[in-house]
Amino acid sequence: MRIGCPHCGARDLREFMYRGDSAPERPDPEAVDALERFTTYVYLRDNPAAPHREFWYHSAGCQSWLVVERDTRTHEIRTVRLCQVGT
Amino acid sequence: MRYSGWALAWNAITGQKNWPTVWRHASPKDAYDVVIIGGGGHGLATAYYLAKEHGINDIAVLEKSWIGSGNAGRNTTIIRSNYLLAGNERFYEWSMKLWEGLEQELNYNTMVSQRGVINIYHSDAQRDAFARRGNSMRLHGAGGKLLDREQTRLLLPYLDFENARFPIHGALMQPRGGTARHDAVVWGYARGADKRGVDIVEDCEVTGFLISKKRVTGVETSRGAIRASKVAVVVAGSSSRLAAMAGLRLPIESHVLQAFVSEGVKPVINHVITFGAGHFYISQSDKGGLVFGGDIDGYNSYAQRGNLPTLEDVCEGGMALMPKIGRVRILRSWGGVVDMSMDGSPIIDMTPIQGLYLSAGWCYGGFKATPASGWCLAHLIARDEPHPAAAAFRLDRFASGRLIDERGAGAQPNLH
Repeated sequence: MRIGCPHCGARDLREFMYRGDSAPERPDPEAVDALERFTTYVYLRDNPAAPHREFWYHSAGCQSWLVVERDTRTHEIRTVRLCQVGT
Repeated sequence: MRYSGWALAWNAITGQKNWPTVWRHASPKDAYDVVIIGGGGHGLATAYYLAKEHGINDIAVLEKSWIGSGNAGRNTTIIRSNYLLAGNERFYEWSMKLWEGLEQELNYNTMVSQRGVINIYHSDAQRDAFARRGNSMRLHGAGGKLLDREQTRLLLPYLDFENARFPIHGALMQPRGGTARHDAVVWGYARGADKRGVDIVEDCEVTGFLISKKRVTGVETSRGAIRASKVAVVVAGSSSRLAAMAGLRLPIESHVLQAFVSEGVKPVINHVITFGAGHFYISQSDKGGLVFGGDIDGYNSYAQRGNLPTLEDVCEGGMALMPKIGRVRILRSWGGVVDMSMDGSPIIDMTPIQGLYLSAGWCYGGFKATPASGWCLAHLIARDEPHPAAAAFRLDRFASGRLIDERGAGAQPNLH
């Protein structure tokens, strides 16, 4: 598997670290149902057999956090973009 | 037919023409008391023990492919009960006890070989951790021996004891651990379940659940709807997909675990050996192939195949532990889709949908659990209360905080 880093180009899997599904969003700790929402945020995943948006960290390269859309059935990488706050 | 020396002799002189089919290829009926989704070792064991121990015989086991085509046929066949935490160890030790009587129980040669599982340690700190785990094993009746360097050398003289980076200080051994023949486990349970009236339906994929007022009433399949008031999901890496059909999200990610086998060589490795300074484990099959594996690849996957960095990492571990295997050629590699849970421990529980049961989160250790998983899930389905050995494997433990985190890695499935 090679991941096309926006800064470095297509690089080998060995250069990256995986941090999992990018979908969960940290809930508001002040919310009345914060406990339930945090349980969902920490533990529950969609885990699809389909295109999956996930965080990869280019640790042995430019050290950027990336959001990679990758098909979990084939490992085909569809899109790679830099991780930005609020996206 | 009961398999025996007499049966073997009789069939030899009658030209091997009278062996009966091991299990019927059943077509699904419209309704059953219990439907089990997943014809792997766990699903078939569940059906077997439901019929044998609880007198429930009106059961269908639905398998989308052929039985044993998933992880039951893709593992490294290791059996052991060498866990630390009480929630796990009690269960795995019960599984070990079932393994020890399995061939007599099933009248089927599952080739259970208690050749000993040896975990190597490489530092004083690791020795202390292993001693603690060994004490836990002994408290649960699993047995265990802490070997020092020279005792380890007597058993495994070919290890690289003088390795500069990972010197071998000793090992924790569970003499009762070992291996079993994975396909035979599937076939043995299938035969036993079939004999007790269970319908094993292959090429039957579940496409949805019939649910009415938060209560399951059956399943939709590629071969039509099947009604049942109790349905169990026993599908390993596909757990999240099935759960999604019932509107549930699980604390599980599916990952790929690779395993490897070498060309056949003469007997060289008599135990199951694990490297303590990386992730590498190895045993030798009766055909002579060295069967080995290591870490999961580490990213979500349903592909049943992995990438080369993991292969390299596994082989580096092997070379650090036993350089003599360096000239052996790898014959095959394969991947299985494993259901990694958020704390590294399994789930055998009811779900928020009445009549829907879940056995999942087996991570990369499901094979050794096969007998007890079936035993405990059958108990849960038949009595609607958890078996004491699996009482900690609750689905709600992630909300309640009663996690069973053997590795202490937190909610990070690719680290367990």
